[in-house]
Parts: sequence; C-alpha cells; structure tokens
Amino acid sequence: MDEEYSEETIERFQDPEYTGEIKEADATGKAGNPSCGDVLQISLKIENGVIKKARFKTYGCMAAIASSDELCEMLEGKTIEEAEEITGEDISQELGELPPVKHHCSILGTEALQNALENYRKK
Amino acid sequence: MTEKKVEAYLDNGATTKVDPDALKEMKPYFTEKYGNSESLHKKGKEAKKAVEKSRRTIADTINADKKEIIFTSGGTESDNLALKGTAYKNKQKGKHIVTTKIEHDAVLQSAKWLEEQGFEVTYLSVDEEGFVDSEELKQAVNDRTILVSIIHGNNEIGTIQDLKTLAEITHDYSNNAYFHTDACQSYTKTELDVEKQNLDLVTINGHKIHGPKGTGALYIKENTEIDTWQHGGGHENGLRSGTLNVHGIVGFAEAAKKNHKNKQKNIQKMTQLRDKLIQGTLKKIDKTKLNGPEGEKRLPNNINICFNNIEGEALSGYLNRKNIYASTGSACSSLELEPSQVLKEIGLTDQEANSSLRMTLSKFTTQEEIEHTLKELPGVVNRLREMSPL
Repeated sequence: MDEEYSEETIERFQDPEYTGEIKEADATGKAGNPSCGDVLQISLKIENGVIKKARFKTYGCMAAIASSDELCEMLEGKTIEEAEEITGEDISQELGELPPVKHHCSILGTEALQNALENYRKK
Repeated sequence: MTEKKVEAYLDNGATTKVDPDALKEMKPYFTEKYGNSESLHKKGKEAKKAVEKSRRTIADTINADKKEIIFTSGGTESDNLALKGTAYKNKQKGKHIVTTKIEHDAVLQSAKWLEEQGFEVTYLSVDEEGFVDSEELKQAVNDRTILVSIIHGNNEIGTIQDLKTLAEITHDYSNNAYFHTDACQSYTKTELDVEKQNLDLVTINGHKIHGPKGTGALYIKENTEIDTWQHGGGHENGLRSGTLNVHGIVGFAEAAKKNHKNKQKNIQKMTQLRDKLIQGTLKKIDKTKLNGPEGEKRLPNNINICFNNIEGEALSGYLNRKNIYASTGSACSSLELEPSQVLKEIGLTDQEANSSLRMTLSKFTTQEEIEHTLKELPGVVNRLREMSPL
C-alpha cells in the first residue's frame, strides 16, 4: 500500500500534527460521506480575517488523513481570501503528489474548508 | 542490544510463505532436472516422472484419480477454464449458469463475461453469515442449467459452504449441470473429497498452501464435457496447452502433501490462534463485530472484524507501521473505490464494510504474532477513533 504514496504522505499520515477539534471555533465545516469512505471535519480559529489555528478530524484512508493534516498546516497564518484559493491540486503537490485514484481525498479537504468559510460568513 | 523485531504476517489469505520442504524439493528442477516434460530423452523423462508423481500426490489429497487433475498457472486460470470451458462445450444443452454474489473475482468476472456472450447467469444471495440458501439453489437450477459454481471457503469472511448438499441439489435438479467449486482458500484447511462431496470441478492452487506462486490445478471429473481455453501444443489432455511448470508443480505437490498429512494438527492450531485473536479483539476493543460465522463453519485461518468509526485502509496502514500485515475490504483500498461486495452481501452498510479488517493465519503463525497483534491493536484503533469525526 505504501509504494503508491510519497514519503511526505506517509509521514503526515503516521504523525499528523493538526488532529483535534477547536473548542469555541469561529468556523467549522464538514465534507464527505462515511459510505464513500471519507468524512472530514475542519475547525478554525479566525482573528481579524486571518486563520490562527486549524484542526481536523477525519474518518478516511491514508490519503484523506495526510491531506487533512497538510491542509491545516497550509491554512495557519493565511487570510480567508488566501485560504479560499487553495485547491486540491495544491494540497496534492505539497504532499509530493497523491496517486491519481486518491485525488478526491485532497478535494474533500477544500470542500470542508469552503463549508467552514461559508459557515463563518453567515455568523 | 536491539530489541528483536516482532512481525505478524496476517495476510495468508493473500499469499503464504513457501514451505522450506517444498522449496527443497523444487531446487533440483531449476538447474539439474530442467528438462521439458514432453521431451522424449532422459532429461524430459525425469521431468515427466516428477510431474506425474506430483499429479498423483495432488489427486490423493482430494480423493481423485490422477488423470482427473490438470495443472494450471493458478486459481484464476482454473476458474476461467472451469467456467468458460464448460459453458462453451455444453451450450447446446442450455445456456444457464448459477453462481453466488460472494465469489472470488476470477469466477464473478468470468460469469459476467459469459453473460455478455449470451449466457444467462443467476447470482445467488447469501445470509448474514455468508451461507447459500439451498432452497434458493433448488429454485434456480433446472435442465437448462449447465454449471453451478459456488466458492467453498470464502476468501473474505471464511464461510465454508456445505458443498455436499449444494452439489447434490445441483445434480438432482438438473440433468445437465456440473458442480464447480473454487477451493483455493479451503484446500487442506477443511474437508475436500470429490467423491464424498459429489464434485465435478474443483479449483485449487499452490501459493495459498505454502507452495510457489504461479501454480494451480483443476480437478475435472472423468467424462466431464469441457473445452480448452488455452490453445497450443495440446498439453494436459489438450485442455491446457503450454510447457509445464515442472519445478512449480513439484513444489505445489510437496506443500499439498505435507499440509494434507498434518491437516488435523494444522486445523487445530490455526483454530486456537484464530479464536484467541477474535476473542481478544472483541473483548479489548469496544464497538467491534466479527463478520462471518463462528466455529467450525469458518475457515480455521480467517478473521474479519468491523471496527466501527475507523477506515480500514488507515487501520492497516497504522498496523503496517507496527509490523502487522493485514488487509481490508474498504473502498479506499480498492481500485474501483467500492467497498467489499461480500461484506455488503452479508448485510453490512458501506460504512461498516469500509471499517473492516481481514487477518488471515497459516500453519506457520505463532502465539507471539497473535500476542503482538493483540498488544498493538487497541492503541492503533483508539488513535484512529480519536481522529474520527464520526
């Protein structure tokens, strides 16, 4: 199972640093469906339009967990506008390219993010 | 001093370690007795002798006659030949085939292909433990039915079908149907007797029983009408052309002989370890469930457990890091991104199927491997559950 994944993906999967849920988060978003094998939840702490903290909880495969962790790292310190620009392809690239069959896992991360930001704007 | 690395190879349903005795028997056939078994000179004759002796050995393990065994490259080829070979040879008698929804892909995909060629296929469903309903089989089979193919021991959930009853129904309800079983997972791990169980075609292979990869056989009962599927020089009574894999066949036969001889002892040992791992896992970790039957109707080496709220590929990935090698039926692990069809057929939801892990033992599995797994598994499951939003 490992050969298809890059070193970065495996490392992230094995030792994710951004797991968890922020209490009193400013924004939370969810994407995916357990029947498809992936559910991703993201929670954000936002101050003055800048994402200060990002955490995830993921039910999913190695690629889904690694993508979630990568996304959270990319988000911290970014403005909301910058965060909105992040694509699945960006996440995949940071991970040293996900196998093609796993690209949807990175897209799922951006979907959860979009949902979180939408939820933030409605507040 | 470095600590001894404990590894637990729990993927014997995928493939097994070659028995050192089988390897020893094979060796001379690479560099000394390397003749083509069809050649008429001494080199050919000694290869031929080894092949025929192996054929007798394999036949003896399933109570068959040696002329009823043909060698192939493995389970997939034997299944393809059994299905396509009988379908094409007997299509004038009827174009109906019966199989199940929990077959190995070698049977399932062959059946689907035959459907595209104009055959009609009935796929039997199974109960929540994976057993075929004999009443459903009775309703499906008629004189237009030319073949019934039912897997013996299921590769994912370990269910052992009552072949004798199913084969008898097949023969009682159709004058034209042969009964085939894919016995790759069950061979030498439970009873398999072609006479007693009334079988016409049986698929077995080498690498699931500590023989080499690339070896297999198809038992074809005498007088069975079957066409070849691989044309060429007419080897194996014209049913399977191609130079025989002499060293492979020798290794396959030695592995089969040894497994057969120690069958009861091996079954007892694997069953004890299996039940220890099942009971230990269910007791130590909450929200877990055994998929498939318990006890004697389950393959002695098969374990399949659903760990709620965590995904199978991630679980096997974390276990891999602890040197525990298992497999999963999750969608993420498959090329099609679809969860295991077998698990869904026995009533699991997609999510439950995605959360299931298969651990398969062998006669070489040790207490130490089982204990290592029981020690590491709870921590790994907890870690992933903490990470899960479900």
